[in-house]
Amino acid sequence: MKGDVIKYQRDNIDTDVIIPGPYLKIHDYNELAKHAMEGLDKDFHSKVKEGDFIVAGRNFGCGSSREHAPIALAYSGIKAVLALSFARIFYRNAVDGAFLLPIEIDESTYNSISNEDSIEIDTEKNEIKNLTKNQTYTMKPFSELIGKIIAVGGLFNYKP
Amino acid sequence: MNITEKILARASGKTSLSPDDVVFVNVDKVMVHDVSGPGVIAVFEKLKKKGMKIEKLWDSSKVWVAEDHFVPSVDQVSAQNIVLLSDFTKQFGINKHFKYGMGQYGICHTLSHEEAMVLPGEVYVGGDSHTNTTGALGAFAAGLGHTDIAYVLLNGKIWFKVPETIYFKLNGKLPNYVMAKDFILKIIGDIGTDGAAYKTMQFGGDGILEMSIEERLTLTNMTTEAGAKSGIIEPDQKTSDYLAVRGVTKYDEVHSDANAQYEKIFEYEASELEPIVAKPFSPENIAEARDLSTTALDKAYIGSCTGAKYEDLQAVARILKGRQVKIRTEVLPAAISIFRKAMEEGLIKIFMDAGAVVGPPTCGACCGAHMGVLAKDEVCISTTNRNFPGRMGHVESKTYLASPLVVAASAVTGKITDPRDLK
Repeated sequence: MKGDVIKYQRDNIDTDVIIPGPYLKIHDYNELAKHAMEGLDKDFHSKVKEGDFIVAGRNFGCGSSREHAPIALAYSGIKAVLALSFARIFYRNAVDGAFLLPIEIDESTYNSISNEDSIEIDTEKNEIKNLTKNQTYTMKPFSELIGKIIAVGGLFNYKP
Repeated sequence: MNITEKILARASGKTSLSPDDVVFVNVDKVMVHDVSGPGVIAVFEKLKKKGMKIEKLWDSSKVWVAEDHFVPSVDQVSAQNIVLLSDFTKQFGINKHFKYGMGQYGICHTLSHEEAMVLPGEVYVGGDSHTNTTGALGAFAAGLGHTDIAYVLLNGKIWFKVPETIYFKLNGKLPNYVMAKDFILKIIGDIGTDGAAYKTMQFGGDGILEMSIEERLTLTNMTTEAGAKSGIIEPDQKTSDYLAVRGVTKYDEVHSDANAQYEKIFEYEASELEPIVAKPFSPENIAEARDLSTTALDKAYIGSCTGAKYEDLQAVARILKGRQVKIRTEVLPAAISIFRKAMEEGLIKIFMDAGAVVGPPTCGACCGAHMGVLAKDEVCISTTNRNFPGRMGHVESKTYLASPLVVAASAVTGKITDPRDLK
């Protein structure tokens, strides 16, 4: 997976800014994408490209259980969010619905990656290559169950 | 094992479980509302397009439905969602559908306890983050997204990683004018909005035994704001009395073993607790109400699953009786049964005499959807649960979170007010 980074140097990016409350009545995924990150970054919709990654701090996706959050990001083109940590419901929504990969990174990786860097993610090797800076980082491996659900493309394809 | 581990062990057919074990657990009850329900319907449609046949649910008798977020309907899209939801419950034979304007209705988490939809010892999942609320009755209660809920509706089970439990012990009875909301805001201030991420927050001690069920529900409700998977309180006589009034006496309750393990234990002395306010833009951003007494407000909001239960309204009435509000004040009881009781007991008259507007149950402005949303730069003090940017309206509006007593006292003065300082 190769793509460019949109970085938000902040913690606690909550679901209210990822997709604000008034849009929860919408279940057209492409329509939701038009409002992704609206509470934090009005320019997100115009700058995001298919295959991009978001890099952010601690507790990404905290707040509500709205699956609209990973959906809005995924249908905007985001393939993975790299964060220091994730809120639990966002994390499992992203994985079980097979919308995007929630990838946990450490502080030094977080500090090394800059906005607009091109990176390549290899989830088999648990490796992130920064093509812009010619650096390599490690990602936290997925737990056994999460890895299996991702491999089969979501919870509905997984046989316990 | 502690209560959470024991409930999850029983529901997964294991004799023993430890934190970090991953298990598929059998679910006893599942709830969807007018946001997660249409989400589930969209997942079903996607699955059907892929060739899956969906003719019945795993067990329709264990499913219940609430209409609370976009009611009364805000526009044609939300009206259509209510129609979708009604078609869905009809198609799958779900009888427990609390339809807006038909008998009992209100906010899902409030109905969960008002109607005794969830019982001690059960595994309960809901398509809403504040599903944690119902853990106050001694159930494992956790919020899920709509793909997970769709999976539960078809399979009757879902995966969980067994959480570590953090135990919060309250010593002594809360002082006059200090409420459960103050206690939980203090805790979130201490541990942060991810202080209990992926974990269970359990509450105990003689201070909790003293607390009413409704006050306990405020504690578990706000565990979501510390990132917790669930909040739980062991059932006691008050729990069984609360359920008996609602006609339920049979359930299989669970208690922690004497040698139960907790990741960490926090102890609080009730006598040291003060009225607390969470400032914008995070529930962890706390201060004592007294220290914010110069903060001018535009509006007071009394509503939501967190702060519009019957006792919350009683607290508001205690302050507003014989007084006038100085700022716009909106009171929205969390369920129509609570509204009715407040009407019969004279509370609604007190609110109206004070000049406040009284509205129907809805999640409404708590999630910035409708019925009282905030304008740019507007400042609100609210009995709700979250104050992230834009939560209650414009991203540059400001919400202060507080107890019903603090919100009512502030409504009277127009500034953030410790109820003990009210003349």
